[in-house]
Amino acid sequence: MKRLVVGAHYGLRDWLAQRITAAIMAVYTLILAGVVMSKAPMTYGVWKELFTQGWMRVATLLFAASLAWHAWVGVRDILMDYIKPDGLRLTLQVATLLLLAVYVGWTIQILWR
Amino acid sequence: MASASAKKIRPKYLSLPALLFEIRLPVPGWVSILHRISGAWLVFPFAAWLLYLLDKSLQSEQGFEYVKSEYLALPAVKLGLLLFIWCYCHHFCAGIRYLLLDLDKGVDLKTARLTSWIVIVAGLSLTAVLGARLW
Repeated sequence: MKRLVVGAHYGLRDWLAQRITAAIMAVYTLILAGVVMSKAPMTYGVWKELFTQGWMRVATLLFAASLAWHAWVGVRDILMDYIKPDGLRLTLQVATLLLLAVYVGWTIQILWR
Repeated sequence: MASASAKKIRPKYLSLPALLFEIRLPVPGWVSILHRISGAWLVFPFAAWLLYLLDKSLQSEQGFEYVKSEYLALPAVKLGLLLFIWCYCHHFCAGIRYLLLDLDKGVDLKTARLTSWIVIVAGLSLTAVLGARLW
């Protein structure tokens, strides 16, 4: 029997998004680690130059956006599992969203100063 | 209408000593709960801390030198950074394992236990290697 348990596949979308963002962040991590290790010992000039380059700014912003989405799904799962009172859970979910929005905003501020 | 079975009082065996000493997690369970804990820590406080470090180090040459030579030389900061590195490495390795599990790779019990050990050891080894570079 085919049953529609919930609505518009929200769970599947988030599940997939969490995995795609994970892959994006993993690739970024390996590239950044490779670049930093090849430039050791790091100086201010090299460090600043690295984060001024267009591709690095875009990649880092992509990382921050991926982190926000990935972490939202993860933290929401944790809150749904352990925080039973609805009011408290909602408060913490809103706080999480605000925190992640601040992270993305802060990242933009750092990159385009 | 509530069914009779829903009202029956069922025994719960979840006292704190039971949780701590009697209910044993299998290795994949440890990888899973550590993936959660490390993930939570990465969101807060570590992401905020790293953004602060990135901000400071890109602000000015003095800021960069302060972070590199003074701030990161503090023992408490190094300890915190070490914990961050472990969280990141464990979360990274366990995450790759979950991606493979989603693709139906390594789902049988024997392989799943083996890869769990690999994840735990890899996370700690990477922490040791990167930590050694830091000191």
